[in-house]
Amino acid sequence: MKTLRRIVRQATLWEFVTGFFLALRYFFAPKATVNYPYERGPLSPRFRGEHALRRYESGEERCISCKLCEAVCPAQAITIEGGPRADDGSRRTVRYEIDMTKCIYCGFCQEACPVDAIVEGPNFEFSTETREELFFDKSKLLDNGDRWESEISRNIAKDAPYR
Amino acid sequence: MALVDFYIYACRAWLGFVLPYPWAWILSQVTMILVFTAVLLVMLAFLLLFDRKVWAAVQMRRGPNVVGAFGLLQSFADFFKFMFKEPIIPSGANKGLFLFAPFLTLTLALAAWAVVPVADGWVFADINVGVLYLLAISSLGVYGTIIGGWASNSKYAFLSALRAAAQMVSYEVSIGFVIVTVLLFAGSMNLSDIVRAQTHGWFAFSILLPMFAVFFISALAETQRPPFDLLEAESELVAGFMVEYSSTPYLLFMIGEYVNIVLMCALMTIFFLGGWLPPVAIWPLTAVPGIFWFLLKLVFLFFLVAMVKAFVPRYRYDQLMRLGWKVFLPLSLAWVVLTAGWVMLFGRGTM
Repeated sequence: MKTLRRIVRQATLWEFVTGFFLALRYFFAPKATVNYPYERGPLSPRFRGEHALRRYESGEERCISCKLCEAVCPAQAITIEGGPRADDGSRRTVRYEIDMTKCIYCGFCQEACPVDAIVEGPNFEFSTETREELFFDKSKLLDNGDRWESEISRNIAKDAPYR
Repeated sequence: MALVDFYIYACRAWLGFVLPYPWAWILSQVTMILVFTAVLLVMLAFLLLFDRKVWAAVQMRRGPNVVGAFGLLQSFADFFKFMFKEPIIPSGANKGLFLFAPFLTLTLALAAWAVVPVADGWVFADINVGVLYLLAISSLGVYGTIIGGWASNSKYAFLSALRAAAQMVSYEVSIGFVIVTVLLFAGSMNLSDIVRAQTHGWFAFSILLPMFAVFFISALAETQRPPFDLLEAESELVAGFMVEYSSTPYLLFMIGEYVNIVLMCALMTIFFLGGWLPPVAIWPLTAVPGIFWFLLKLVFLFFLVAMVKAFVPRYRYDQLMRLGWKVFLPLSLAWVVLTAGWVMLFGRGTM
């Protein structure tokens, strides 16, 4: 009886027929994908995206050229040159560069920063057409900070209770 | 005979004023072939998209939906992408044969369409040995694979080409016997006559139904569609015998493969689903042009082929060979005898 059932099942391609209708049910099931450029999934406040250098509300840049981020960076993507600023002699960066092709987005730089200057913002759509455009310099990073400040400060505030 | 002949006569009548007869004949034929090929390839572009959409839908994805409305122009975008890529020819490759193989594959795939009647009288070569021609052309298709794999001068491509050739040859045997059963029922090797023999009932609704299933599965193996695509096995290997190909030569291989798949769907339509005939011969259905029914059946079969890709896991090589030689060959051979007996007892055609 068992063999007979097996033979009938094989001869009628039973597995394939049931498989077909199962596949057909999923065919009409609602799509699981997010229609990306038009729809977006939620991002965590801890999301580590494009880097930014922040400023204080007064407009003064936060970075004090302590080079902790440069030291902690496991990919050695950060290069800093520091020195006294011409007008007031305070310690500031002359060069602050991140090679985004090296960066592994580990977030160690923002963990190391004592003044919350370098942060990784929520932006992940910064692809470029040339490699050179991915070598971010200080002005580019400060620009990012200005552009994303509201999102960045909100995310930092949201994450603060867990730190 | 309907549209095709009308076109030829019209062409000759018009061109006859300015050209001597043989030239007018050649010109009318060539333009018609070009138009048919263009229509076929454009249809293929949409079927390719359909294939991907079906596959995506079963996996609850959306599939290509950015280029054009609903991604309708995706295949054309892919076409241009392939065209503008750099063709890389391996340094040790036999350059002539390397470039010849994809052309051979595509040309043979397209040449087979010469005897396929897409509607009553809409066929280029209404020859009496249409089925033999098809068998000959599809057997030659193995050469494109073998030459492509050998000329690449890569051991992986060569091994894969050998496997592909073995696979295609194995399943051609059972396809041959299945076609013999159809021929016994239809009593003709002319594809149009095979369709006309199904006026009182499609061959799929007779004792040939199991042969329909065998032909369907063999067609998948013959064209190296999933679940028999273990040569290219995109999740494990790269592209089988096409591994060294890029750019336009690869595109030609891919188009040739899809032309073959659509050809197999067309053949199943003609052999088992009554070609251009409506499901039942009552008035409102008979008024619909035959090409519509043909395309409807073809697209339905292509849908099945696309669905199989979505829900059947890939076969192992020994399983593939076992299925071909130990299951399909005896089964189709037995069915040839059974069908011959049936035809002796009850006459040709369906009941």
